[in-house]
Amino acid sequence: MEKFDVIVVGAGLAGLGAAYTLAGQGLEVLVLERGDYPGAKNVTGGRIYVNPVRDLFPDLWPEAPLERFIVHEGVTLMAKERSVAIDYAGDELRQEPHQSYSILRARFDRWFAEQVEAKGAMILPKIRVENVIKENGKVVGVLAGGDELHADVVIACDGVLSLLGEQAGLHPVAMPHNYALGIKEVIALDAEKINDRFHLQGSEGAARLFIGEVTKGMFGGGFLYTNKESVSLGIVIGIEDMMEKGGNLEAPVLMESFKARPEIACLIRGGATVEYAAHLIPEGGFKALHPLHGDGILIAGDAAGFTLNMGFTVRGMEYALASGYYAAKTVLKAKEMGSFDAVTLSEYGCLLQESFVLKDFQNFQATPSFMNNPRFFSHYNELNGNIFRDIYSVPAGPKDRLYPTVRKYLGLGEMWGMFKDFREVTKI
Amino acid sequence: MNESMDLKAKLGLDVFKPGVAAHIKIRTGKEKDPRLRKMAMICPAGLYIVNEQGETSLTIDGCLECGTCRLVCGNDILEWTYPEGGAGVQLRFG
Repeated sequence: MEKFDVIVVGAGLAGLGAAYTLAGQGLEVLVLERGDYPGAKNVTGGRIYVNPVRDLFPDLWPEAPLERFIVHEGVTLMAKERSVAIDYAGDELRQEPHQSYSILRARFDRWFAEQVEAKGAMILPKIRVENVIKENGKVVGVLAGGDELHADVVIACDGVLSLLGEQAGLHPVAMPHNYALGIKEVIALDAEKINDRFHLQGSEGAARLFIGEVTKGMFGGGFLYTNKESVSLGIVIGIEDMMEKGGNLEAPVLMESFKARPEIACLIRGGATVEYAAHLIPEGGFKALHPLHGDGILIAGDAAGFTLNMGFTVRGMEYALASGYYAAKTVLKAKEMGSFDAVTLSEYGCLLQESFVLKDFQNFQATPSFMNNPRFFSHYNELNGNIFRDIYSVPAGPKDRLYPTVRKYLGLGEMWGMFKDFREVTKI
Repeated sequence: MNESMDLKAKLGLDVFKPGVAAHIKIRTGKEKDPRLRKMAMICPAGLYIVNEQGETSLTIDGCLECGTCRLVCGNDILEWTYPEGGAGVQLRFG
C-alpha cells in the first residue's frame, strides 16, 4: 500500500502553494489533480495581489508568468442608459515591486506545478479523488481512481464546492446564499490595441469593475482585466438573487448584454473570444468560512471559503496561496511532534489568525451584508447617472443653476435612505 | 434563438475531453422540479432545457463544471459528481 507524508488534493494555488512549501522541506508529497494538467479546471477573474504573499514564496515571483502589472483601477456605475466611471491612476502603481498583476490561471498554474515538481513533489494529473478514507474517525488517505492512497495528513484544496470537506464531515452541503456565479470570456486582442484603448504602455495593465445594470439589479457586477494579448471580461451574479429575482433572465444572455454595452463594445471591438469559462465564487466572507481542519485533514483555498469581496476589489488567490503555505507549516510542525490529530492541526487556524488571511476576513466581515443591498445594484447607479446627465446637459434655452439641478434628486427621503445605507460603511 | 447559437459557438471554442458517462444526472421522477426550471435560466452553458410538459432535461456536453446546479438543485434532484480524471473541460487560459 502506497503511503505518503502528505496528499494534497487539487493543483490550484492553495494545493500547489502547500506542496511547494512541504516538498521544499523534504517531505514526500503527492498532489492529485483531476484536470489534464494543473490549471485545466482553474478560473480567475483575474488579478493577483503579490505583496501579501511575496515573502512566503520569495523565489517564485521573479520568473512567474504573470500578465500585466495593474496601473489603472476603474469603477463604472452602470445605469440603464448611461454610466459614470472613475479611473484611478497613481505613480506608486507604476513603481516596482508592483502590487498586482493580471493573470491567466491555466498558464500560471502549469508553470507553478513545474516549480513544485522541481522541489521534489509528485503531481499526478487526470486523477479524480472520489472520497476520503477514514479510520476510527481520522482521515488517513483518499480513494482516487479506484486506488487507496494513504498519508499522514490530507490537505483538501479541491476548490469551491470542496466535496472532500463534505465527505470528511467538516462542512455541510454548500447553499446558494454564500456563492456567486462568475462567467468569463478571454478575448484575444493585439497588445498595441490594448495599450491604446486602456491608456497603457509596455506591460502596464488595467482593472475595471462594473456595478449596476450589468446584473439588472441583482447582486454582482462585471469585471475587465487586460492581459498581455487578451482581455478577461466577465460578470458575477449572486446565485440566490438569480433564483429569486432572475425571472426570465438567462445568465449567458446577461453576459452578452454586458458585452453589447457601448462602454464595453468599443473596448473589445475586433477581438476574438478564445475561451468561455464559468466558476463559482465564495461570497459569504468571514461568517461563511468552513471549519479549517479535522483529524488528519486540513482545508485551504476556495475549499475553505477563502475569497473576499471587499467591494472595491475581490480577492482570493493570495488567500489560497497563503492558506496553502500555512497548511504546510502546520504539517511540518505536526511531523516534528509526530501527531496529526485535530488538536495538533488546530495550529493551522492560529497561524491564519496571526496572518493577513484571517485578519482581512475579520476586518471585512461586514462587507457581505453591506454589499447585499439591492440599492447598490440599481437605485444608486440610476441616481448618479441622472445627476450627471442633468449636469452635462445643455438645453436650447437657459441652463438651470447647478445646485438646484443636483438638489432636486436629493430630497429628504433620498438623503435619509443614503444615510441609512452608508452608515453601514463605518463597520468596514 | 440567436443567443443560444452564440452560446453554442462560445462552447465550441473550449477544449472538452469526453467522459465515460454523464457526471450529472437528473434523478428519475424529479424532472418537473421547479429548481431544475431555474437552472434553464442560470446554467452558464445553457445545458438545462424545459419541454412543453414542464419537464427539464440535461445535456452534459459543454458542461463548464462550475457547480451552480449542485447549489441550486441539491443532491435530492441531481446525482452530481465531477467528470472522471482527465475528462471534461480543459481550460487553456483560465
